[in-house]
Amino acid sequence: MAEMQIKPITMNFGPQHPAAHGVLRLVLEMDGEVIERADPHIGLLHRGTEKLIEHKTYLQALPYFDRLDYVSPMNQEHAWALAVEKALGINVPRRAQYIRVLYCEIGRILNHLLNLTTFAIDVGAMTPLLWGFEEREHLMGFYERACGARLHAAYFRPGGVHQDLPDDLLRDIRNWAQKFPDFINDLETLLTENRIFKQRTVDIGVISYEDALSLGVTGPCLRGSGVPWDLRKTQPYDAYDEMDFDIPIGKTGDCYARYLVRVEEMRQSLRIIEQAIDNMPSGPVMAQNNKVTPPNRGQMKQSMEALIHHFKLYTEGFHVPEGESYTAVEAPKGEFGVYLVSDGTNKPYRCKIRAPGFYFMAAVDHLSRGHMLADSVAIIGSLDIVFGEIDR
Amino acid sequence: MNEGNISDSAAVGADESLTGLAAMADHIANVVQPMAEHISVVRGEIELRVAAASVPQALGLLRGDRQAAFNQLIDVTAVDYPEREARFDMVYLLLSMDNNMRMRIIASVSEGQAVPSITSLYMSANWAEREVWDMFGIFFSGHPDLRRLLTDYGFEGHPLRKDFPLTGHVEVRYDDAQRRVVNEPVHLVQEFRDFDFLSPWEGVQTQMASEPAPQDKSDQKG
Repeated sequence: MAEMQIKPITMNFGPQHPAAHGVLRLVLEMDGEVIERADPHIGLLHRGTEKLIEHKTYLQALPYFDRLDYVSPMNQEHAWALAVEKALGINVPRRAQYIRVLYCEIGRILNHLLNLTTFAIDVGAMTPLLWGFEEREHLMGFYERACGARLHAAYFRPGGVHQDLPDDLLRDIRNWAQKFPDFINDLETLLTENRIFKQRTVDIGVISYEDALSLGVTGPCLRGSGVPWDLRKTQPYDAYDEMDFDIPIGKTGDCYARYLVRVEEMRQSLRIIEQAIDNMPSGPVMAQNNKVTPPNRGQMKQSMEALIHHFKLYTEGFHVPEGESYTAVEAPKGEFGVYLVSDGTNKPYRCKIRAPGFYFMAAVDHLSRGHMLADSVAIIGSLDIVFGEIDR
Repeated sequence: MNEGNISDSAAVGADESLTGLAAMADHIANVVQPMAEHISVVRGEIELRVAAASVPQALGLLRGDRQAAFNQLIDVTAVDYPEREARFDMVYLLLSMDNNMRMRIIASVSEGQAVPSITSLYMSANWAEREVWDMFGIFFSGHPDLRRLLTDYGFEGHPLRKDFPLTGHVEVRYDDAQRRVVNEPVHLVQEFRDFDFLSPWEGVQTQMASEPAPQDKSDQKG
């Protein structure tokens, strides 16, 4: 029989595909079942966040950050709050810093729970998802009790956090944190040594040390490739420099290493949560500066000046001095940054949001070349992709 | 699963005060000597201005230099100033993990001027430059695949330019008669209103000098 020439076929993956983690359209050029080139088409969830922020005051811009990576909303708000505080040059009270750290770590666990369990369902394990969502429900309950919203919190504000925590919330978070390690152990018995899970993830989508740097990969994916870099340690913000925790580092840079790093990060987050609760200082949760932060309800009933401040802050907003700055936080997915250009008015002149997922998505082509079609699903799952932040 | 290295570098980071930044700024000025138009340290951040044509060369030098070692390109973006002669500022945000330092390179670009692409230096520049092309219409010469990234197929215009209206020019809807999605000029039932709320009320006009900036906290500890 004469030799047959098989033409590469082009295949469309998504945008409505359960393994596409949202609205990803992936145009794949296939040689048989091997991917020759992957061309992600993104932007199906593009809402023009950066343009909208240019038309809002600094405080009105904050809730947009919840809607970027909607899996860990408060971590994004944190970047914005820090960026504005840096531009204004105001300090945050210690209690507010601790509350922020506490909720950032809750956000990290929220994020990793979703990622690990949907990653597992992508490669064939159904149970972790069902278990993980129950735990997420507890955590979103803690969100709700702090700020009234399960997802779109708008809780971290420039100058602190919006409200103090209710009385018994810390005790309940602590109780939950004592039970949660059992859940992680259960999750690990399902996945870590699971033969099928390992066959689907080990040596798949390897990011080398050099590639990880060149591709702009950050967060657990970068640490999975053996780069010891975590902004909570290297450039600590808020109260992270007072916390004792370790940074897990992967050795192989494959999907399995990224899984292991995230599992260990959840354990370390629990350590931070416990320390934050144990050492939670008392005091105000908002900087006492009426030019930036609103007065409380009681003051408004008593003082005319407080009433005027409240009115001006919620209409005109505060002015931010002219200048440019870049502020980054270690969001659960990686380095989430805000490049803020202010022109001295009450609205940002330009706000560039550096989303970690954007660079993961850009790396998909590089990572999936030469892999089988089914592996592309594992790669996308292990990179932790949420389209809210990629498309902005 | 240990983090010995990382806490060491954190300690170094805490010691790096403004003098460390100034020393690094001096070093950067030496490395890119003829190209640097201006270098400054503002709010604890190093800012280097170069001409757009020399961006790849400057980036290559800063990445290759042992002491500077800016090995990660964090982001590429642009800012639009319509009133300036060179309308855009290209901004390159860099991170040096060895020194635990950040810097940015800014280059002025006028409308229609092509910027040399840096995709051969950093793979992360590929999509970042595509996004800038999409949002601002700045052309990158030598880019392997300069297509639109975030906007719709067949979109016209560059949304993040200041002269692009917030509502856009076209809106889409599903047309029952034609049985497809159609583009139509935006129809606003009420005039677009954009209040600036600006008043002579005293806002925060300058940085509050009485308190140190939050970022300085680690410096004092170290």
